[in-house]
Amino acid sequence: MTGESLIIFFITALVLVGGAILFSTFVSPSTFNVQKAEPYECGIPTKGVTWLQFNVGYYLFAILFLVFDVETVFLFPWAVVMKQVGMVGMIEILIFFVILISGLAYAWKKHALVWE
Amino acid sequence: MPFDIYDLSTFTHWIDTSLRAGMSPFWAVFTEFVLVGVVFLAFYAVVGLFLVYAERRICAFMQCRLGPNRVGPGGIFQTIADLIKLLFKELIYIKNADKILFNIAPFIVIIASFLALAAIPFGKGLQAMDFNIGIFYVVAVSSIGVIGILLAGWSSNSKYSLIGALRSGAQIISYELSVGLSLIVIVILAGTMQLSEIVEMQRDGWFIFTGHLPAVIAFIIFMIASTAEINRGPFDLAEAESELTAGFHTEYSGIKFAFFFLAEYMNMFIVASIAATVFWGGWMPLHIGSWEGFNHAMDFIPPFIWYLGKTAVIIYLIMLFKWTFPRLRIDQLLTLEWKYLLPVNLFNVLLMAFIVLKGWHF
Repeated sequence: MTGESLIIFFITALVLVGGAILFSTFVSPSTFNVQKAEPYECGIPTKGVTWLQFNVGYYLFAILFLVFDVETVFLFPWAVVMKQVGMVGMIEILIFFVILISGLAYAWKKHALVWE
Repeated sequence: MPFDIYDLSTFTHWIDTSLRAGMSPFWAVFTEFVLVGVVFLAFYAVVGLFLVYAERRICAFMQCRLGPNRVGPGGIFQTIADLIKLLFKELIYIKNADKILFNIAPFIVIIASFLALAAIPFGKGLQAMDFNIGIFYVVAVSSIGVIGILLAGWSSNSKYSLIGALRSGAQIISYELSVGLSLIVIVILAGTMQLSEIVEMQRDGWFIFTGHLPAVIAFIIFMIASTAEINRGPFDLAEAESELTAGFHTEYSGIKFAFFFLAEYMNMFIVASIAATVFWGGWMPLHIGSWEGFNHAMDFIPPFIWYLGKTAVIIYLIMLFKWTFPRLRIDQLLTLEWKYLLPVNLFNVLLMAFIVLKGWHF
């Protein structure tokens, strides 16, 4: 099978979820109730909007992730041909690692890794 | 080779040729697609239902309870009964919820786990897609699931869901780094990303034995990081029951809730399969050096049994983690990843590269 046949897995998943939800909408009871459509919050009416401001820490970790994930992607091709490129590639990747680790050390020093 | 009797590629080729002989190429391909779809759908459902049952029994065992034992012998039909019950439950829509995103989210979670299942080698010749970038593909596809989780939490119009989704997003993306880096250690050792070739290279010894210390460290890090990535065990902050009721899927009901539940267990299965394939030799039997008799005896156990056995052991380990360790706080969770696992992992990659260059591995 070639890469294009992945579409069959996509379609199978769609059929599984779509079919089950469709079946469920037809057979399940449907009653209207104002209380039922309220968001769950331990039985008390919710206060204010849901989409409020949240901790900036989540953004910081997402940005850090972006930097390191892209660098991980660069490591994969090197890992495959590691045995062929030998010592030269090893030294080059060492330089790459020094830059990578100094980035992590900088983030560490700046307390970007501390959750507040 | 004794285990070539279990080579299933001849069987799949036979299906292919006999289908092409009987009908036009388009309908032959179509029939094959339908066959693959039905087989994977059945496999997906059976594994998912069985894992839910296994989890409940193991949880009960850890807590000195009996667990489900009424429906069917030993309660094995309990999850099927639950599934039928959930299928007939009402699908509730929350006021002011973003309806489109709310409906799309379960699709994304299931599609991500289904696509990852495509590349897993279940046995010799029993692999739907044998990519040359196999490991990379699995890592890439399984990370789509986080989008579904974020959408589910964001669109639900509930504060519990929102906080659960944000936590889970931060957690999954952080631990993805460690999963990727610990797999790079094995890619360095194997020199390929193709999963079938990686399994083939472990014919004489699994990578966890032949890879010296770095492979062992990589395996431990992979187990920790993947447990966190599938939102399980001591890392289940996203659905911390005591704080957030059910986290990102608080507002989901009926069969949609069941899909989030199913996806969690299937992700666990995929992670365990990858660990078994990459570190424990996939469907390769256990071989010990020059013990000829022992090696031959092991060869007669079918590869599929080997594969399922190894996966089951790792799944059992992951389940034990959940019922053994107390839950971490979010700052502890992120400290563990960024201050311990990531530096150790970077060092480990270099160590493995050095060992492979020097030729010190077995």
